Amino acid sequence: MQIDKAVSALSEKCPDSILKRADRHGTPEITVAGESFYKVMETLRGLGFDMLTDVVGMDLMPRTPRFNLLYLLMSMEDFSRLAVRLQADEGQEVPSVSGIWHSANWGEREVFDLLGISFSGHPDLRRILTWENFEGHPLRKDFPLEGKDFDKPFDPDTISDYF
Amino acid sequence: MTDRKTVTLNMGPHHPATHGVLRVVLELDGETIVNATPVIGYLHRGIEKICENRTYQQILPLTDRLDYAAASANNMGYCLAVEKLMGIEAPKRAQYLRVIMAEFARIMGHHLWLGTHALDIGAMTVIFYAFRDREMVMAMNEEIAGYRLTPSFIRIGGVAYDATDDFILKVRKFVEWFPKALEGYHQLLTENKIWTTRTMNIGAISAEEAINYGMTGPSLRGAGVAYDVRKVFPYSSYDDFDFKIPVGENGDVYDRYLVRMEEFKQSINIIAQAIENLPSGPVMTDNPWLANPSLSEVQNDLSALIRRFMINAKGVPVPEGELYSAVEGAKGELGFYLVGDGSEHPYRLKIRAPTFYLASALPRLLVGHMVADAIAIIGSLDFVLGEIDR
Repeated sequence: MQIDKAVSALSEKCPDSILKRADRHGTPEITVAGESFYKVMETLRGLGFDMLTDVVGMDLMPRTPRFNLLYLLMSMEDFSRLAVRLQADEGQEVPSVSGIWHSANWGEREVFDLLGISFSGHPDLRRILTWENFEGHPLRKDFPLEGKDFDKPFDPDTISDYF
Repeated sequence: MTDRKTVTLNMGPHHPATHGVLRVVLELDGETIVNATPVIGYLHRGIEKICENRTYQQILPLTDRLDYAAASANNMGYCLAVEKLMGIEAPKRAQYLRVIMAEFARIMGHHLWLGTHALDIGAMTVIFYAFRDREMVMAMNEEIAGYRLTPSFIRIGGVAYDATDDFILKVRKFVEWFPKALEGYHQLLTENKIWTTRTMNIGAISAEEAINYGMTGPSLRGAGVAYDVRKVFPYSSYDDFDFKIPVGENGDVYDRYLVRMEEFKQSINIIAQAIENLPSGPVMTDNPWLANPSLSEVQNDLSALIRRFMINAKGVPVPEGELYSAVEGAKGELGFYLVGDGSEHPYRLKIRAPTFYLASALPRLLVGHMVADAIAIIGSLDFVLGEIDR
């Protein structure tokens, strides 16, 4: 109920922003065009989606654009969920939503670390789960599972801010 | 004005009060924290990557190792996600047994939190009582699943074994006895002057801010938001049971403590209802791709033998599709975003760990407090690094 209202309010404020609507086993989902993404997220925050539950990134390798980004939103008023999908290509910068939801700060850092998607306007875009001089992005589908240089030892001397 | 110099203090990763390998870089002005930077990843095992190369059943023991203090809740979340994608549902008896196991996991997780949190702040007695009772829960886990800490008891399509009479008897005894033990914890802490001084108005956060930081579970409920996945999106027959969602007011360490103490009571309440109303019937779905044929079938029927090999060696194909499925773990909303591509392996499995987002709120909670309060705040959020780092 609230989703239909939100989507119609959204298409009023940002026309042509919603490319596709879907229902994933009970969770409504909208696919958003890259150029209006930040405005859409700002509008959704204003419409009552006050929690960003998670940021999911996935690599669909042979496809261009290569990555899918998924923002799982939730409204604490009536506990309705909404997923916002965005397609991003390799090297493309996605506007950070950490100014809207604090939880995006670490969520986006994780996506940056494991998938190598860069976020513009992020306050602190560093690796989070792997170490600073780690090479590659583990959750990309072309990341080697084994090999000669696969498991390089951790070297604290090459890390600049090692306290 | 004189220039005030700050000192950088490195807390962790090898610090007993960080409950694992959490590292927080604290910038101190005297004893006051002016800046805090959590550093995580010391326990990163790449579980999400491993999952992409394992069959759906092989992933199950890995989920035990996320929040190892409350393992059954993770099993439940993962199994529900896979079952939802396959379009099957576990039998009613299995759902009730799952609820019992998940609530045991919550009680075990809260016992670990209570004991260590009180120990960190200086109340040493509590941990002995908490671990004595945790041992009883683990004995029941052992009775039904064969494992104490990481039961892997909840399987895709149902549960591993049926409940034994001995198990039901032990659960009944525990349900009868535990409220008395809980009363004992309350006597030790709730009105203890030292405890209230150390916890009240420490690490307070408002409801809006807690939501904005993505906090869930007891930490969010402590701030006064009655959000519990068990009530809002009922799964596994949780709507059959009568239980309350305790909420706090101030969102400080003491309110988070009270919420968890009340959750003990609600959990034991749910277990009592589940064990008394345990329906009869099978504990595993009859889907031939999931139910292992019995030993006598395997010994007498060639097709059953082949089926057993197929299930265990090749795995179960799961249809194409994507979904998000969440359960209420001991620490908050534990979500699994599962992408299936029609094969025996998930294309992508994203684990939404509740403590990951709790840890991201640490700078906000720590700044302005004393170093000693950092220990209380970290303890009250109940981190398990296996889940944060995955």
